[in-house]
Amino acid sequence: MTTSPLPILIVVVPLMFSFFVPIVGWWRRNLCYPLTIVAIALSALFSIAVLKTVIANGTTHYYLGSWNPPWGIEYVVDHLNAFVVVVMSFIALVVAIYSKRSVEHELPERIVYFYCTFLLLITGLLGIVVTGDMFNLYVFLEVASLSAYALVAIGNNRAPLASFRYVIMGTIGACFYLLGVGYLYIATGSLNMADLSQILPRLYHSKVIIAAFIFFLVGIGLKMAFFPLHAWLPDAYTYAPSTVSAVIAPTMTKIGCYVLIRIMFTVFKPYFSIELIPVTTLLSWIAAVGMIVGSIFAIAQSDFKRMLSYSVVAQIGYIVLGIGLANRAGLTGAVLHILNEAFTKGCLFAVAGAIVYKIGTSNIYQFRNLYKRMPFTMIAFMIGAFSMIGIPPTVGFFSKLYLILGAIDARQWVFVAVVLLSSVLNVVYFYKVIEIAFLEPRTLATESEKKILQVYWPDGGNPTGIRMEEVPLSMLIPLLVMAAGILILGIFSIELISSVIQFAIPAEF
Amino acid sequence: MEFFVCKFNYWVYITLMMIGLYAMMGKRNLVKKLVGMNIFQTAIILYFISIAAKKDATIPILEHGHEKTVYAIHASQYVNPLPHVLMLTAIVVLVSTFGVALAIVIMIHKRYKTLEEDEILELDR
Repeated sequence: MTTSPLPILIVVVPLMFSFFVPIVGWWRRNLCYPLTIVAIALSALFSIAVLKTVIANGTTHYYLGSWNPPWGIEYVVDHLNAFVVVVMSFIALVVAIYSKRSVEHELPERIVYFYCTFLLLITGLLGIVVTGDMFNLYVFLEVASLSAYALVAIGNNRAPLASFRYVIMGTIGACFYLLGVGYLYIATGSLNMADLSQILPRLYHSKVIIAAFIFFLVGIGLKMAFFPLHAWLPDAYTYAPSTVSAVIAPTMTKIGCYVLIRIMFTVFKPYFSIELIPVTTLLSWIAAVGMIVGSIFAIAQSDFKRMLSYSVVAQIGYIVLGIGLANRAGLTGAVLHILNEAFTKGCLFAVAGAIVYKIGTSNIYQFRNLYKRMPFTMIAFMIGAFSMIGIPPTVGFFSKLYLILGAIDARQWVFVAVVLLSSVLNVVYFYKVIEIAFLEPRTLATESEKKILQVYWPDGGNPTGIRMEEVPLSMLIPLLVMAAGILILGIFSIELISSVIQFAIPAEF
Repeated sequence: MEFFVCKFNYWVYITLMMIGLYAMMGKRNLVKKLVGMNIFQTAIILYFISIAAKKDATIPILEHGHEKTVYAIHASQYVNPLPHVLMLTAIVVLVSTFGVALAIVIMIHKRYKTLEEDEILELDR
């Protein structure tokens, strides 16, 4: 156990910069973008430093105002959140670099406000990960959520209404979480996670504690769009500006999964969530239904971003299934899938943003011959799609492999079948895009289809005369970095598991 | 009966919370939904404040207590300040959520000239 100021620096740097950005923005608008990059890059560097410290010396603590826990707020970084914080800050950095042209294109009037809110969002997300205090987590959850509401609302079309629904659902989620904190507090008199995990085992049979636990589950379930509570997500992610969905989709819901792991296995001991009330079994069944239903909804969509949004709902199911299996392989799969989802959804939503930048729409039926216009973007798309489907050597293959191993370990053959079936459904909806974007348009049978084709592609889909016109490099490089990340992390996933993830799993498993 | 009377603060907060939840889910007007959201959040604040209430207790300051003869040393003699402090933060969150939500409602009104959800959905079609 070591104390170090690194955990607080991860949070404070973007927070401070979010104050500087509007001030500097009044004077020079172009400086907002580099300032944001600097802030998030510093955060990412501190995250990597923290990860190194954790690997070398074990759990790192920071006591705010030098108040010792459980009285003061404590920031605790162990293997699990060191890993998550590095992933999240890296994704945030890559999307921030990507954002420049996309924001200039979609939100030319609101650049200053965008970067200010963007930094607050990152502050909230990273804060949720590093904090070791239940109430502090609530505050950061709301910081992140409020910035997310605002960022979603500046999109065009139906974005304000989608954002309004997100506000309502998100507030209910946050309030349930707060109520759970209150219940824990009246039962134990503590808000510190480590302290709570010491006190709680004596009270496990108390109804107050069980009620608190259920409030946590429902509250976080709402925040992370876990299957029956996902209604707000597709609209919000579809109508948000491209950059915003590229940063929110890989981070927000995955942070919810992290909080779920934290509460189920750190604040409460695994014994409570697995044996005392059989919540893991229940969760994995709901997750299995969510995986299938989410994928089926994704197949039915004709809008690329909407399809990806339903895919997020399905992928949350994978992570929760891994948590619900509650064994070593399953949890390894869940943690690895958080990484996979962060990179893959970041990559795919960034591809969607690039396509919107170039052809002005995300309707799948307008993607004809897109591989000739934007070959590199489409390569990134292919890698992302492969990872989502689970084709080796992408990281998606390994996370699904561990989930299946976990299901076999738990002797739950149904879940093995569900993971495989859901992967097949993934193939179906990604194949739809691949077919339109890569393969020649077929002769169309019906008159109505011809009409549709004429609207979307007046020259009848004739591939000659299509020139290559890629998105600007500032968008393309982050895209390719994420795509390369999917491959590299896949190839080195064994090393990753043996050096970090295996220590991130609670010792009881 | 005792179950209701002795724990009436919990019953009040649960009732308020359910009223808020109903308004958020059942009402079709966006501002009414927001009012429901506010009631919902305030109910939770009321809950936190009520758990800290204590009869004949003083402030948790050892020296220079409000009556210099009484020093609250035992937990039963002073009011736990922590729930109040937590709720100060929660009120800030409540106000900012309400602010963001109102801003979004203004955006919706500018775009659709109405705040009835049915009419907005009709216009969107």
